[in-house]
Amino acid sequence: MDEIAPEYDVVVLGTGLTECVLSGVLSVKGNKVLHIDRNDHYGGEAASVNIETLFKKYGNVRPGEEPWKKYGRANDWNIDLVPKLLMANGELTNILVSTDVTRYLEFKQIAGSYVQQGKGAKATVAKVPSDASEALRSSLMGMFEKRRAKKFLEWVGEFSESDPATHQGLNITQCTMKDVYDKFSLEDNTRDFIGHSMALYPSDEYFLKPGAAPETINRIRLYVNSMARYGKSPYIYPLYGLGELPQGFARLSAIYGGTYMLNTSVDEVLYDESGKVSGIKATMKDRDNEGDTMSFTTKTKKILADPSYFPGKVRVTGHLLKAICILNHPIDKTDGSDSLQLIIPQSQVGRKHDIYIAMVSSAHNVCPKGYYIAIVSTIAESDANHHIELEPGFERLGKIEETFFGAPIPLYEPIESGEKDNIFISKSYDATSHFETTTDDVRDIYRRATGEELVVEGLRDGQRLAEE
Amino acid sequence: MATRAAAGARPGARFAQFKLVLLGESAVGKSSLVLRFVKDQFDDYRESTIGAAFLTQTISLDESTTVKFEIWDTAGQERYKSLAPMYYRNANCAVVVYDITQASSLDKAKSWVKELQRQANENIVIALAGNKLDLVTENPDKRAIPTADAEAYAREAGLLFFETSAKTSSNVRELFTAIAKKLPLDQAGPRNLRAAPRPGVDLRPEAPGTQGAGACNC
Repeated sequence: MDEIAPEYDVVVLGTGLTECVLSGVLSVKGNKVLHIDRNDHYGGEAASVNIETLFKKYGNVRPGEEPWKKYGRANDWNIDLVPKLLMANGELTNILVSTDVTRYLEFKQIAGSYVQQGKGAKATVAKVPSDASEALRSSLMGMFEKRRAKKFLEWVGEFSESDPATHQGLNITQCTMKDVYDKFSLEDNTRDFIGHSMALYPSDEYFLKPGAAPETINRIRLYVNSMARYGKSPYIYPLYGLGELPQGFARLSAIYGGTYMLNTSVDEVLYDESGKVSGIKATMKDRDNEGDTMSFTTKTKKILADPSYFPGKVRVTGHLLKAICILNHPIDKTDGSDSLQLIIPQSQVGRKHDIYIAMVSSAHNVCPKGYYIAIVSTIAESDANHHIELEPGFERLGKIEETFFGAPIPLYEPIESGEKDNIFISKSYDATSHFETTTDDVRDIYRRATGEELVVEGLRDGQRLAEE
Repeated sequence: MATRAAAGARPGARFAQFKLVLLGESAVGKSSLVLRFVKDQFDDYRESTIGAAFLTQTISLDESTTVKFEIWDTAGQERYKSLAPMYYRNANCAVVVYDITQASSLDKAKSWVKELQRQANENIVIALAGNKLDLVTENPDKRAIPTADAEAYAREAGLLFFETSAKTSSNVRELFTAIAKKLPLDQAGPRNLRAAPRPGVDLRPEAPGTQGAGACNC
C-alpha cells in the first residue's frame, strides 16, 4: 500500500455532491486534496443504490426472504436517495459545463412538469405553463385570468431591477410579492402555481416578505429559461441516476491530483493550540479483506465535511419526509410521461409545505423497462402519522408495488462558519426539488474556506493538465 | 454508446466508437502505454497520473473501417481501491497492465480482471499487457514473470495478450489493433450507424437542443 502524504492543503470528508464539487474545484485550483469517505461507495446521502441495497437499507426484508429478486437484476436499478432534478439553466449545469464533467455523464430531459389544483377526488393535474403564450392555453386558469397571467409573465421577462420604468410603479426592493400579484390582479390559484411550481418556493414564507420580489422574479426566469432550453420541462437528469454526479466531480478532482480513499474512517481530528484543525488520524479498511487495515496520520490546514462527520458542530433545522415508491405504470393524468416533477402546492391540500413527486424510469437507465421510481417528499409538520402527511402524494401515484418509507430525515446546518477551527461543514440536501440551494452552499463554503468568490467560468483555462 | 455515425462518412464506410478503460497496479505504465499510442510520446520521469484522463485515438482497420477509442485513465483512483462504478460503466474494452519485472503485478492484474468481470459489461473485450519489455531486452535478468506463465493465464481467462514497451513502442499499436479487431464491429454495421443518435441532451451552451446523430463530445 502506498504511503499517504505527510500533509494536504485540504482534507474533504464525505463524497456527497457538495463535497465532490468542492474537491474538484479545489484540485483544479492547485490545492493538494485528500478526499475520504467512511462508506465503500461514492455519494453519501446523494448516492444512488440498487434495489437489494434499498430493501436492506429500509429493512423491508423478513429473514430468509429476498424480495428484490422479483424486480430483475438488482444492478439494473439505480435508485436515488435524494429527490432532486437539475434545472437545465441552473448553476449545477453551469458548473458541469465549466469543469467539463459533462464528458463523463450523459443527460436526458425530464418529460414533464405538472402541478395539482384542488384535492381528493376533485383534484386536477395540469402542465405548468412555460411562458406567456403557454399561459394562454393552460387549463389552470379561466379566460380572463389567462390574459392577466400572460401580462404578468411578459412583465417578468422585461423586468430589470436597475430600471424603475419596469417596476410597475412599485417600490420593488421593499414591497412584497403579494403587492406584485395584487398589481396584476391575479387570483389565488394563479399565485399558487406561479409561486410554487414556477418560482419553486416550497412554502408561502416568501409571499409576505418585504423585498422578496426581485428574487422571486429571478426564480421564475430560471424556470422559464430552463424550460426554453430543451422544451419538455425545465429539468434534466443524468442517465444511471443522480449518484453519477458526485462520481463525475470526484473524477475531476482525481485528474487534478486529488487522492481518494473510500472505506476509511476518521479516528481523530487533531487541533493546534489556537483551536484550529491541524490534521487527522484515520484508518482505511480493505474492502476484500476486513482484517487488512492501514492507519495513518496526516497534517492539514482545512477540513471540508458533510454534517455526519461532525455531529457536535451542526444543528437540526427541520425534518424531511420521503417515500420511495416503485410503480409499474406512469402517473395518471400526466400524458403517460416517462419522467416528471409534480408539485402539490401546500394551500391546495391544507398544508404549510408543498408535496413534491419526482419520477424517473427506464428512460433514464435507473430501472428495468416497465418500472417507474417515484419519490414523494415534503417537510414534516407533525410529530407522528407522517404517512398521512404524504397521503396526497400517494393518491396521485395510484397503485404502488413497493414503498420505502423511513423515519423523518433530520436536515442539518453548521452552527458556526468554520472561521474559528477551519472546519467547514455543508448543509443537508434540503426539501427543494432541484440543486440550486446545493450550489449556493458550495459557493458559500468556498467563500468561507478560501476567502474568495468561486468563479467556475474558465476554471480549467491555464491550469496544469498534462495532456488532452 | 458503441456506435455513432460519422458525419459525412463515405457510403459503405464503417465508423465505431468504443470506451476503453485502463487498469493495473500503480506505476506499471498504464498512462505511458496510452501516451505512446495516442501521442507517440514517452517520458522516463513521468509523475503518477495527472491529467491523462480522457484521450481519444482512431485506428483504421482497413479502407472502410475506422475505430475510435475513447480512453479512460484511472486518474490514480485505483491506488486505494476507490474507482467509481462510473469508470466501468459501458466500457467496451479494457487493457489490464502489469510490469514484467515485478512479480506481484501479475497477481494484481488478475484481481483487476476479476473486478472487471464483476462490474463491467458481460461481453467486454479484455487485453492483458505485460509492460516494460525494454528493461528485459536490455537485461534479461530483470524479468520476473515468464512470458509463458502470463500467456497461459490469458488463454485460460479468454484475454488478448501482448508484452509491450511504452518506451520503445514495441507491440503498442499491435495491442490496440488486436482489441479493435475483436470488438463487435458487425453490430456497428452501416445500417445501425445511421440510426444511432445519442439519446441525451448536450449541455454546452453553444449547442442548444437535442444532439443529433454524428455529434460527439471529444
